Amino acid sequence: MKILKILIVLFLVTNFSELSSDETNDVLKNKILKNIRCLICQGQSVYDSESEFASSIKLIVDRKINEGLKEKQIYQFLREKYGDWVIYDPKLNINTYILWLLPLLLFFFGGAIIFRKLSN
Amino acid sequence: MLANQIGYYSLILGLLLSVLLCGVSIKDLTRSSKQINQNVLSLSFLQLVFVTVSFLSLILSFINSDFSNETVFNNSHTTKPLFYKISGTWGNHEGSLLLWLLVLTLFIFLFLIKSREQPKKYRILTLLFQQVIIIGFFLFVLMTSNPFNYLFPIPTEGLGLNPILQDPALAIHPPILYLGYVGTSIIFSSSLAAVTQNYISKEWGQHIKKWVLVSWIFLTIGIMLGSIWAYYELGWGGFWFWDPVENISLMPWLTLTALLHCIVVLERRATLTSWVVILSITTFTLSMCGTFLVRSGILNSVHTFANDPARGIFILIFLFVLIVLSVGIFFIFHKENNKNSNNFFWLSRETSILINNWFMMYFLSVVLIGTVYPIFLDVISSEKISVGPPFYQKLIVPFLIPFLLFMSLGPRLKWIKSKIENKNSLIITFLISVLLAFFIIKNLNTNLLFYTVLVSAAFFLFFTTLKELFIKKFNNVSQTISHFGFSLLILSILFNSILSSEIITNIKVGEKYNYSNGEIFFKGIEERKESNFNSIIASFKIKDKNGKTIKLKPEIRIYNQPVTITSEADIKTTLLEDKFLVMNLVKGNEYFNIRYQVKPFMVWIWISVLLLSLGGLMSLFKRKI
Amino acid sequence: MKNKFSLFIIVIFLSFCFVVFYKGLNNSNTYTPKVDEKKKIPTFKAKDFDSDNYINSDKIFDEKIFYIVNIWASWCVPCRAEHPLLMQLSNNQSIKLIGLNYRDNFNNAKKFINEFGNPYSRILIDKDGTLGIEFGAYGVPETFLIDKNKNIIKKFVGPINQKIVNDIKSIIK
Repeated sequence: MKILKILIVLFLVTNFSELSSDETNDVLKNKILKNIRCLICQGQSVYDSESEFASSIKLIVDRKINEGLKEKQIYQFLREKYGDWVIYDPKLNINTYILWLLPLLLFFFGGAIIFRKLSN
Repeated sequence: MLANQIGYYSLILGLLLSVLLCGVSIKDLTRSSKQINQNVLSLSFLQLVFVTVSFLSLILSFINSDFSNETVFNNSHTTKPLFYKISGTWGNHEGSLLLWLLVLTLFIFLFLIKSREQPKKYRILTLLFQQVIIIGFFLFVLMTSNPFNYLFPIPTEGLGLNPILQDPALAIHPPILYLGYVGTSIIFSSSLAAVTQNYISKEWGQHIKKWVLVSWIFLTIGIMLGSIWAYYELGWGGFWFWDPVENISLMPWLTLTALLHCIVVLERRATLTSWVVILSITTFTLSMCGTFLVRSGILNSVHTFANDPARGIFILIFLFVLIVLSVGIFFIFHKENNKNSNNFFWLSRETSILINNWFMMYFLSVVLIGTVYPIFLDVISSEKISVGPPFYQKLIVPFLIPFLLFMSLGPRLKWIKSKIENKNSLIITFLISVLLAFFIIKNLNTNLLFYTVLVSAAFFLFFTTLKELFIKKFNNVSQTISHFGFSLLILSILFNSILSSEIITNIKVGEKYNYSNGEIFFKGIEERKESNFNSIIASFKIKDKNGKTIKLKPEIRIYNQPVTITSEADIKTTLLEDKFLVMNLVKGNEYFNIRYQVKPFMVWIWISVLLLSLGGLMSLFKRKI
Repeated sequence: MKNKFSLFIIVIFLSFCFVVFYKGLNNSNTYTPKVDEKKKIPTFKAKDFDSDNYINSDKIFDEKIFYIVNIWASWCVPCRAEHPLLMQLSNNQSIKLIGLNYRDNFNNAKKFINEFGNPYSRILIDKDGTLGIEFGAYGVPETFLIDKNKNIIKKFVGPINQKIVNDIKSIIK
């Protein structure tokens, strides 16, 4: 059992240290593009879309990254132009408190029910 | 033409049979005999026959490209290959509703046959509740979604089907998914029937568990097929997008899994009766709710059917009728269990199952709220927001850590009251998991602490279940295999997402592109003509750092009806990794845009889901021995 | 009575959900970004259509009058429908029209202008569509009305019609 584990470790380490992702910029760019909604295609992200709007957005995001803008600033830039709908990650603001907090509230509520059941 | 008539009138007859069945079975309720009147079984079978005939008539119309049928006209084309003409039958709104009816009538008939030892009143009531659902769907089809509408004059050619949908995985995805998704109807009907008869007991639990398992297995595989299709066909290497339609298939799966675990408690300890009923009702309600969200046009998604508010209103009302009916029956008939067995000792298997349910309900609430919240916000305040993958990942992934740990410890606990046995071996396994995870993650330059903890938890489940399999504790092999499959699923998804890499570039024929781990050589293109599309097939040779080369041939297809351009990825799958290459045209250019991805452990994601279902399958057949 | 209370809560909750879903059916599920917020025009540099030189946005919007930015392309069919109305507006002294030639071929665009007339005091080239994004556009045609203080005060998605032209005329008086 122990030998098996050592072999697995060696195997994984030697084979996958070279499969590191490309430049960080590309990784960041893809991460951002996956988070932007394509406005003219139904339910696709800009990363997934081949539409003209999507290719323009890809160029803009590229430019903004090269200008040194951080991820949050790029999202803010797009939000100003198109509204909150264009970003997939819902910002935590007055519109979305319930969205983010309700599941957590329900989790604690469920925990409370179970706790009562156990301690009685 | 004739098929149209037969199909339509079969539906009418099916509806009439529903009414007749209700009458006959209500009368049988009052009779004193122990067994159901044979007529009831025959009528149920007849109803199944009529629905099958209707379904087959539609298939026949598709095969014959009978464009006098409006559904065939909208969704087919003479040049479509035969296999896709057939699968096109259920790839549209009207045809898929026939599939709903088919599964609804099939399951109730099978239920009646396989439940002969069950109390007569319970069986009849199950039939009655199921007929409520069946009648609702007959009415829905006949009033708003008739698959047998006439077109005159008869068009000579159809509007075709989206070529992305012409794929083997997608062809069988609806039938398999529906067997699970619609199959939850029988759990709904039978639990309502059992509540009225005060029959929620150990015996009922043992009996209903098979149905829960059957639904669950089909639903699991159905969801997997959808993901496989998305991965191979949608072109960008993703397999789950937290798209509303995907979420809708996931929600009943979460409650069904929770229900499966609760039924185990019900069987053993005859407790958690209210919660079992609530879960049974909720599962099918979620299926219906999902149908509403997808077919009414209320949601914006790649997968939604055509928008039609009239249909939406019908399903909405139907959905709420079912909810009111089930809530009403629950409150009127359900009797609380007064025994003390309602309280659990904190360290016991019952408690660990409760904890499983706790987490499942949390995951359910995340998916449900994420999916429907934008609708609520829009109606209440006219603000439009999007809820996408980042939301679900942020709320679900951290909770997987305790979930995996509980999953490793839970099954080892005894019923009622337990001690943790073999503490030392557990601690050693835990330490090994942590060390292994740490060592791997450290070499990958990612978010060290979080991923280490998550991967450790997954490894812990992995090693504990693996150990159980080897120590030959055959009393619960099916559960161990499923849990092992789940740990493998989490590990595959994690390592796949951490280790995947991608290169996007524009390249010309004859060009070589060098990147950090090798080079891509665009050898050339070849053009080919098929029956309903023209294709451009490209040849790429990709050499990695070690000098190994592979050949990939992505394709661009230009379909003729409707005119659509699709990209077909070429994927080389091995146990170790998938190499994925997809190509797109760049407008007005001799350049092609390519995306080359290396995705480790991709196939293990599918294997682990199969293992998950295998455990369920083994549990199903274990009963028969 | 705990049962009655929870039943009551459930009934209220279900009714609420029903109403929301019912209303939600009537809302469109396609999204159009809000058009009523006041924003300053973006700063940018763009290529001039006639001179082929790059100009700064402050040089383009240098006068203290109203401006219209109209996004158009030779391949865009509705643009032809709205073009005569743009010609009408260009005769007005208190407003200048700036055209944004969006993702277009230079020769085709020139042909378009020669054939249908040039209402623009200046045309900018937006070959890759990124300039349109700076204005918050996502398709073509789109038209923006800019006031003397360089604020975008109105946005029109799709071709403009006579009513819109009348609206604009009354604003710029």
